[in-house]
Amino acid sequence: MGRHEFVEGIAVADCAVEIVGDDLDDLFATAAMALAEIMVDPRTIRQIIERRVELTAPSLDLLLFDWLSELIYLKDAEQLVFASVSARVSPGPPCRLTARLVGGPIDRETTALRADPKAVTFHQFALEPRDRGWRARVVIDI
Amino acid sequence: MTTMKTIPVGDCVWEIPASEKPGMLVPARIYASEALLARMDEGVFEQVTNVACLPGIVRAALCMPDGHWGYGFPIGGVAAFRADTGVISPGGIGFDINCGMRVLKTNLTEAEVRPRLTELVDALFVSVPSGVGSTGFVRLSADALREVMRDGARWCVQHGYGWPEDLEATEGGGCLPGADPEQVSERAIARGREQLGTLGSGNHYLEIQVVPPGGIHDPKVARAFGIEQPGQVLVMLHCGSRGFGHQIGTDYLRKFDQVMRGYGITVRDRELACAPFRSPEGQAYFGAMTAAANAAFANRQVITHRVREVCGRVFGKDPRDLGLEVIYDVCHNTAKLEHHTVDGESLQLVVHRKGATRSFGPGAPDVPARYREVGQPVIIGGSMETGSALLVGTAHAMKETFGSTAHGAGRTMSRAQAKRQVWGETLIEQMAARGIVVRAASKSGVAEEAGFAYKNLDEVVDAVHRLDISRKVVSLTPIGNIKG
Repeated sequence: MGRHEFVEGIAVADCAVEIVGDDLDDLFATAAMALAEIMVDPRTIRQIIERRVELTAPSLDLLLFDWLSELIYLKDAEQLVFASVSARVSPGPPCRLTARLVGGPIDRETTALRADPKAVTFHQFALEPRDRGWRARVVIDI
Repeated sequence: MTTMKTIPVGDCVWEIPASEKPGMLVPARIYASEALLARMDEGVFEQVTNVACLPGIVRAALCMPDGHWGYGFPIGGVAAFRADTGVISPGGIGFDINCGMRVLKTNLTEAEVRPRLTELVDALFVSVPSGVGSTGFVRLSADALREVMRDGARWCVQHGYGWPEDLEATEGGGCLPGADPEQVSERAIARGREQLGTLGSGNHYLEIQVVPPGGIHDPKVARAFGIEQPGQVLVMLHCGSRGFGHQIGTDYLRKFDQVMRGYGITVRDRELACAPFRSPEGQAYFGAMTAAANAAFANRQVITHRVREVCGRVFGKDPRDLGLEVIYDVCHNTAKLEHHTVDGESLQLVVHRKGATRSFGPGAPDVPARYREVGQPVIIGGSMETGSALLVGTAHAMKETFGSTAHGAGRTMSRAQAKRQVWGETLIEQMAARGIVVRAASKSGVAEEAGFAYKNLDEVVDAVHRLDISRKVVSLTPIGNIKG
């Protein structure tokens, strides 16, 4: 099971998060959940819309960058947040992500709003294998 | 604080020599009182010295007194690169391109506003959407958004969202030259077309402020700004280019990360990804970034229009009769082409300001005619609890900091730490007890912006005043606050 932890003492105005996953699929899905948690209380998002996302990138870390950037894009372009995510990552080349997202629109009456992420940064950005599974560090501009 | 060698080279000026880190092309300079310097986090020193390694940088990499650990550049970072041989870096501007401040004066007094303050703040909270997922009342077609990219705040005035004189009171007339909509992605357009007139979240705000007793420090300049006496009410807003600019930053950071190796450039922080300013990629980013800067001017202009509508309704008067005039609008996240004198030579420079405000002094041609005698108004936004400040640009800033000064109080505490110290609801109640009415889309967001999470604004303002890179004019205290 993947997990994430918000890290203090890095870029104090922004939001640094460390993510670990049993494998790449788990890490990418967990990273998406961490991002949703920055934006809203995920329990207050209705799960009424399903989306599929497919991305390719020249490296795994850029695939992670593009994946989180895509979720931030959907938040602004369609006002959607996804509280349930499954992902399949193949290391390539090219690296490929296929994801199934379930979530819904931000409802200003019922959704508990948190922060409005602007972008994924490359500051201290890392994705690396560990003894078992994978670890990532991402700083999100708030 | 840092273990790096930090040498005092003047009152409130500290230099890290170029020998301190391999690859530094120029020294780094931090502008701060000894007390502010001692409390700066390690990231500031690491980041400002990383900036000093970027190709084409001239004189020094600078950090203002409100500096803190950001991404790429420190927040409060200023760096100037030769336009002919230097680079442009999205990490030196930030994703929120042309995040900035605007302040409007009124002819209302606190005594006149207090009885209707809650009604006013409630109405503004409805009319100026804030928080994650918010959309504005101006819905733009892709073609209309391209017009906004080119014309900025001028587009708004042409479409009835402002007064012609607002433009003169906006940096660059609210429309910077060089915007190139062709360099903007469809994704940026999709993110931005419904967000004109929205505040965003984080530290963005719309505030009702008052000049406190003893708050006028320079009566002559204050009068030039339209501020006559304590008790006068002003409206201040802090926001930027929203998802449109954020996407442009993302697009070009990603692109530069891949292309800079082809130019033989390596950087110490990947967030400093850059391209030669004169390269096709550098020019494309400059065109897109300027388009976002113009969209940000338009955003603040549309919000100004909404503020006037709301105030007119609440006070039952025409907004012109309320004296709701723009004092000034300044960017604090941009790169601009400017001429500065370096070692006796006039150079065209790409001046990056990330969390730093332009501070041009008296007589500078880019300062609006109405302020040319005194200098450009500088708006320094403080925390939502403690207040903000109006200053004025100086001739010395032109020599010392490429005409730049601080932009805010500067954060000292992480968002998570602030939330552990106070609940959003509790802070709203505490502020209400002190006479500050707060409406927020996110209660946790309020806790993150508590006054204790920031440096003391007075210390920052005193430092820039002592440095003579801007001078104190008026202090402002919040009485109403709308937050994302």
